[in-house]
Amino acid sequence: MSSSISLTVNGKSVTAAVEPPTLLVHFIREHLDLTGTHVGCDTSQCGACVVHVDGKSVKSCTMLAIQADGTEITTIEGVANGALHPMQAAFKEHHGLQCGFCTPGMVMAALDLVRRHPSPDEATVREGLDGNLCRCTGYHNIVAAVLAGAQAMRG
Amino acid sequence: MPEGSGIGASVTRKEDQRFLTGRGKYTDDIDVAGQTHAVFVRSPHAHAKILGVDTTAALAMPGVVGILTGKELAADKLGGLICGWMIHSKDGSEMKAPAHPALALDEVRYVGDHVAIVIAETKAQARDAAEAVYVDYGILPSVVNVAAAAKPGAPAVHASIPDNTSYRWEIGDEAATKAAFAKAAHVIELDLINNRLIPNAMEPRAALGLYEPGTESFTLYTTSQNPHVARLVLSAFIGIAPEHKLRVVAPDVGGGFGSKIFIYAEETVCLWASKKVNRPVKWVADRSESFLADAHGRDHVTHVALATDENGIFLGLRVKTLAAMGAYLSTFASSVPTYLYGTLLAGQYATPAIYCEVDAIFTNTAPVDAYRGAGRPEATYVLERIVEVAARELKIDPAELRRRNFIRTFPYQTPVALEYDIGDYQASLDQALELADYKGFPARKAEAAKRGMLRGIGLSTYIEACGLAPSKLVGSLGAGVGLFESAQVRFNPTGNVQVFTGCHSHGQGHETTYAQIINSRLGVPIENVEVIHGDTAQVQFGLGTYGSRSGSVGGSAIYKAADKIIAKGKKIAAYRFGAKHEDVQFENGVFSVPNTNKQMTISEVAFAAYVPHDYPLDELEPGLDENAFYDPLNFTYPAGAHVCEVEIDPETGVAKVVNWVAVDDFGTLINPLIVHGQIHGGVAQGIGQAMIENCVYDEDSGQLLTGSFMDYGMPRADDMPDFKVGFTSTPCTHNPLG
Repeated sequence: MSSSISLTVNGKSVTAAVEPPTLLVHFIREHLDLTGTHVGCDTSQCGACVVHVDGKSVKSCTMLAIQADGTEITTIEGVANGALHPMQAAFKEHHGLQCGFCTPGMVMAALDLVRRHPSPDEATVREGLDGNLCRCTGYHNIVAAVLAGAQAMRG
Repeated sequence: MPEGSGIGASVTRKEDQRFLTGRGKYTDDIDVAGQTHAVFVRSPHAHAKILGVDTTAALAMPGVVGILTGKELAADKLGGLICGWMIHSKDGSEMKAPAHPALALDEVRYVGDHVAIVIAETKAQARDAAEAVYVDYGILPSVVNVAAAAKPGAPAVHASIPDNTSYRWEIGDEAATKAAFAKAAHVIELDLINNRLIPNAMEPRAALGLYEPGTESFTLYTTSQNPHVARLVLSAFIGIAPEHKLRVVAPDVGGGFGSKIFIYAEETVCLWASKKVNRPVKWVADRSESFLADAHGRDHVTHVALATDENGIFLGLRVKTLAAMGAYLSTFASSVPTYLYGTLLAGQYATPAIYCEVDAIFTNTAPVDAYRGAGRPEATYVLERIVEVAARELKIDPAELRRRNFIRTFPYQTPVALEYDIGDYQASLDQALELADYKGFPARKAEAAKRGMLRGIGLSTYIEACGLAPSKLVGSLGAGVGLFESAQVRFNPTGNVQVFTGCHSHGQGHETTYAQIINSRLGVPIENVEVIHGDTAQVQFGLGTYGSRSGSVGGSAIYKAADKIIAKGKKIAAYRFGAKHEDVQFENGVFSVPNTNKQMTISEVAFAAYVPHDYPLDELEPGLDENAFYDPLNFTYPAGAHVCEVEIDPETGVAKVVNWVAVDDFGTLINPLIVHGQIHGGVAQGIGQAMIENCVYDEDSGQLLTGSFMDYGMPRADDMPDFKVGFTSTPCTHNPLG
C-alpha cells in the first residue's frame, strides 16, 4: 500500500507515491534520479547519504521517505546554481576529495557544521565530521577545505 | 613551482566539478531499461557441504524473475574464477590452486561464500526471496587463523589439500644467509603478526550485466580498477563470450585500494545471469557484503632474524612468513606474499645476504589479495620493526643505525632479485628528522611527563617497487599478463585532444595529471584535453590501475604517443614550410624552422592533417592520432622516511598521534597537490592499521566478528592528525617522466 507524500526538493515541489518501507535515500536516488546522494553502508555510519532536511544535516538512510512529507530537502545537486558554492570551491581548491564518493555527504555535513559553528577551529571540524567516512584523503585536506570554506562563507 | 599547468604544477582537478556537484556517475547510478535486481544467497557457515538447495518457495514469491545456483552454472560449462600468477614451490612443484566456482557447487568454504543468485523486479523482492531459499548444509570443521591452519591436523579447507598449503616459496641465498648469521656479533629476533584488513572503499562493489540478443553481445558495468583485464578473464578463462562480444565499462569508481582489481564471483554471475533471464541484472553490495566478500588484505604471521656485526652493520636477514590466502586464490593473491613481498626485504639497506621463505596457507575466510601496497607494506613492517628492535638492543640511535646501513651506490642489485636504479635515502631521512624536530624530542618527552603523559617517537624508512615491469621479467616469474600500458593521443580537427588510456582512475586524478603531461609535451591547454578511460569499447587494450603504475607506466605511454604526434607533426609542417623535417623544431606547441619566420601551431598542423588539401598524401596518411604501448625497463623505486610521535595517557590508555612527518622521494611530481593527497591517504591507512583497524573472525565458528562499520575500526577525522609532508627527488633513470 503506497502513500502519497509532498515535499520540496532543491526548491522544486514534488508529490510522489512511495511504499512505506522506502528510505529517504532511495526515494532521492531512485524516484527523483538525484544520484549525487550515495549509499556507502547499511548501518548509518558512513555519511555518504547526508542531505539537509529543513536545513539540518540528516543521514537519509536513517529516515523513511514518508517521514519527509511536508519537509524541505536539499541534496548536493541543490547546493549551488551554476558556479560552485564557496564550500564546494574550497574542497576543490584544497584537494579535499579523491574518488568523490563520500564527497557529497561530506560537503552537506560541512555546510551544516558551519551553520552551527560559523568560525570553527580544527578540533570542531574533526569532531563535526566524525559521522562521515573517507578512505582516500586521510581527512587532512577535508579539514583544511572546511576551515577555508567556513571562512569564505563568512565573507 | 613551475608556471602554468604542465608537469610539476599544483593545478586543481578537472574531475572535481562533477564530484562536487553530485554529477559523478558510479555503477549504482546507472540504470537500464528492463533492469532486474539481484541478491546473493551467501553461506552462513565457515565450512559446510551443500546437501541441497530448495528454491521452490522463493521462486513463487512476488517479483521473482529467476534463481540460479552452482548447478546451472556448471551445466553451462563456465570456467571458475582464476588466479593469474603461477608460483612454484621451492621443490619445483606448481602451486595448488583449487577450483573456485563462481557459485558454490557442493561445498562452501567461508562465511559469505556464494550459493545462489536471486533475481527479482526490485531489490526488496530479491532480498525477501533470498531469505526463502532453503539451503541444507552439513557443517564441516573450519579454521580461520593462518598459524592454526598451518599446523598438522588442522581442518582441511579443501579435502584435496590436507596440509592447507598452496605453495612453499623461497627467495634469496639460504647458505649465504646461514654463513652471515654464523659470523654475526649480534642476532636480533622477532615474531610479528601483520593483521588482516578489510579494504572498505567507500563505494561498495556493484555490477550490472546486460545481454543483447540481437548482437549476441554482453555489457558489464562494474566497479573495476582494470576493465580490460576483467574482460580478458571473463572471456578467455570463464568463457562468458569472446572479447569482441563483451564490453566492460568501469565508470566513476569510488575508491579501489586494490580490492577492485580482481574478477569476482558477483560480476561474473550477473553477466551470465543476464542471458539466462534475458533481462539486465544489477547487483549492488550492501556494506555488510563488502565486509564478507571483498578480498581482504595482509594477514601474515612472521618470524624475522637480523644478524649484525659489532657496529650494527647488517650482515644477514632471515624471514619466515605464513601468509593467509583465504578459502580460494583470488586473482593476484599468489603474487602478493611472494614477488611483491620477499623482493622488498632489502629495503633501503645494503644487507649482503637475505633469505625468505613463505608458506601460502588456505583458511576458511574471505580470500586475501592485494591491498594498498600489496606485499610491500608487509615487507616494510617486518624490516623496520626488526631494525627498530635492533637499535634498542644494540643501544644505537634508530636514525643512526639506519644511516650506517643505507645503500649508497647505484644501481644496486639486492640479494632478493631487484635492481634499484637510483635513490638517496640519507636525504629523505635528514629532511624527515629536521621536519619532525627529532633532536627536540627528549625535551618534549620531559614536558609530556610533567603532564603525566607518555610520549614516544618512531621512525621508518621504506622502499617500494612500483609500476610492475618489465613484461618479460614478470612473465618469467609466473605472471599471466603483460605489464605494459597503452595510450592513444587523438587530435580532433579543431586542435583539441582526446587521450585514451588503459589505466583507470578511481580517485587518482588522471583526468588532470594526464592532461598536464599533454600540456607539457604538446603545449595544449589542459582545458582542451579530455582523458578517456575505463571502457573497453572506447579504449585500446590496457591493464588498469594498481600498484602505483598510472604515472610511471601509463604516463610514459602517453609521453611516447605524444612523441609520435610530434614526429608526424614535423613532417606535416616541413611540407608546408618547404623544409626538411629534420630541420623543423617543436617547442611550446609551435613547429618552426630556426632562423626563419616559418611557424605553425600544433592546432594548425592538426587541421592540416584532417583537411589534407595541401598535404603530402603520397608520403603521409591524413589524421593526427597516435597509439603507443610502453613496456617499462624496470620497476620504479619510490622511497622515503616517516617519523611518528605519539602521546599516551596512562590513565585512560588513549594513544594519540601528535605529529606525523612524511618525506618521500617520488622523482618528478606531475601534480604536487594530488601527490600530497595520496600521501595523506596512505598515512591514514597506516595509522588506521596500527591503531584501530583489525579484521576478526571467531576462531570457533568462523563468523566474521568485524562485519560492519559498527565493529571495524575505520579511521575518522578525529582519529587523524595533520600531516607534515616533504619531498626529495632523485628522478627515475629509465622512464621519460623521471
